[in-house]
Amino acid sequence: MKKQIAIRVIELILLLIVLSLLTFALMYIAPGDPAEKRLSSQGVAVTREVLQAERERMGLLRPFFVRYGEWFVGILHGDFGISFKDDLPVAPKLWNGLQNTIVLAMGSLLLSLLVSVPVGIFSAVKRNSMFDHIARILSFVGNSLPNFLISVLLMYFFCIQLDAFPIIATGSLQGLILPTLSLAIPMASRFTRQIRTEVATQMDEDYVVGLRLKGVKEHYILLRNVFHNSIGHIFTIVALQIGTLMGGSVVIETIFRWPGIGKLVMDSITARDYPVIMGFVLIMGTIYVGINLISDIVNRIIDPRVEW
Amino acid sequence: MKEQKHIKRRFILSAVVAVILILIAIFSHQLAPHDPYQTNAALIRKAPSMEYLFGTDNLGRCVFSRVLYGAKTTIFATFFLVAISFVIGTIAGMICGYYGGIADNILMRLADLMLAFPQMVVAIAVAGILGGGLMGAMIALGITMWTSFARLARSHTLSIKKAPYITASKLAGKGGAYILCVHVLPNILEPVLISALTQIGTTMIGISGLSFLGLGVVAPEAEWGSMISEARAYIQIAPWAVLYPAAATIITIVVFNYLGDAMMEYRNRH
Repeated sequence: MKKQIAIRVIELILLLIVLSLLTFALMYIAPGDPAEKRLSSQGVAVTREVLQAERERMGLLRPFFVRYGEWFVGILHGDFGISFKDDLPVAPKLWNGLQNTIVLAMGSLLLSLLVSVPVGIFSAVKRNSMFDHIARILSFVGNSLPNFLISVLLMYFFCIQLDAFPIIATGSLQGLILPTLSLAIPMASRFTRQIRTEVATQMDEDYVVGLRLKGVKEHYILLRNVFHNSIGHIFTIVALQIGTLMGGSVVIETIFRWPGIGKLVMDSITARDYPVIMGFVLIMGTIYVGINLISDIVNRIIDPRVEW
Repeated sequence: MKEQKHIKRRFILSAVVAVILILIAIFSHQLAPHDPYQTNAALIRKAPSMEYLFGTDNLGRCVFSRVLYGAKTTIFATFFLVAISFVIGTIAGMICGYYGGIADNILMRLADLMLAFPQMVVAIAVAGILGGGLMGAMIALGITMWTSFARLARSHTLSIKKAPYITASKLAGKGGAYILCVHVLPNILEPVLISALTQIGTTMIGISGLSFLGLGVVAPEAEWGSMISEARAYIQIAPWAVLYPAAATIITIVVFNYLGDAMMEYRNRH
């Protein structure tokens, strides 16, 4: 077990090195000149000499691998480089944004689970009941709604029609409700569908029939056996959704102006602030891969039959 | 038996609606009552009327015509992207599965790499770096999308590779390309095609999402995501300019997702 975890961790590190190289290469071949963008945004008249001097100063003229090497070593020290936009270090910006994003993401993840676990299980147990039908329709539609649409519609109904919430989510807890909901609705729908399928599959297994025939009470089977056997799968389902959650939070943060890492990256894309974009991709990749590794390990602990 | 019929009916119903939507997209230029790019200072933010069914937007453009034109952009961009990813993925997967070896190793590692990272994060970064535009958005989404088709095609190819009819064909002296086209492809097509069908909804969400962020279709081109993003600024005054494209997006995604689901279920029964 320990050896297998070690192998997985080494694999993960290699994966991240390749990711960092790809991210860097992408920035390298990207169209648009950051030096020019920077100068023109400062209102400097761009002449050839000034442009060349600025490129030199920003370190854009050195060879690819030298720049990549420096960047990579810096990251190992927690240094993500200097922002092209305002010459401030990138790491604290990313860190602040990440903290705000985690608040939003965890809130919506928690909300989604609170709704989808009971609904999914109940739906599976009472298959083809009225409740099941309604839950299936709602979760199907919820799953088909893009994040940005939900947030625009929520904004319209709650902020403008009912005037119940502030439109911009800076700071206050009340302002967090709509962004959290926007992220949670599609996610909860997806979880509900998957949990329902998983629990329904378990309920059809022979061991459930066996336990029933032995006279074990239904709720006892459900809580002790079915839930226990499903929990690993549910864990994987959640871990895989983290990626969607990350993409969604970029959209939601931009709409509600929540000062998270997603809004930061959208602002940086407009300004061609490459160090921030690279840092964002690397951090998101690391978190996603890390969470999936943890979920694999947990799965393995819960169910020793799981293959790696 | 009754359930069979029920599933079949669901499938046919959603397929019919999907075909109608596609037809609307194809004939959007003929159906549109006004020029969707024609601005008119006298008709700014007019509420829906008989003349302008969905009202007009901030520049006095006909929202109904723009929604129709947007259908073409959104639906065709999605189909094109899914089709390209499907073709590339299937060919790559078949070759990898059939021949194996180093190429298989490299390609599958690449697919692992793509799968290891959140799709939308990659798409936002890539589209952002490429500087927006529909092409950029499609490349950004396609980079990760082909891998799921490749994996599926590969695993199905592996499962039939040792089948007697393939061996027979080999013994008859047929070449690899012939066997792949004539024997492998028809046998793996169905599951991969169904998977492509189920991806349409997600892809549509991706494309309109990127356009909404300003990383996909750019103004003044009519596309639902960018229309909603544009009209969001004055939603208090002219909610119709947001709500109609929003409704169009929701209906289209729901229909294609429903079709994919029905198809999946139909196949699982057989």
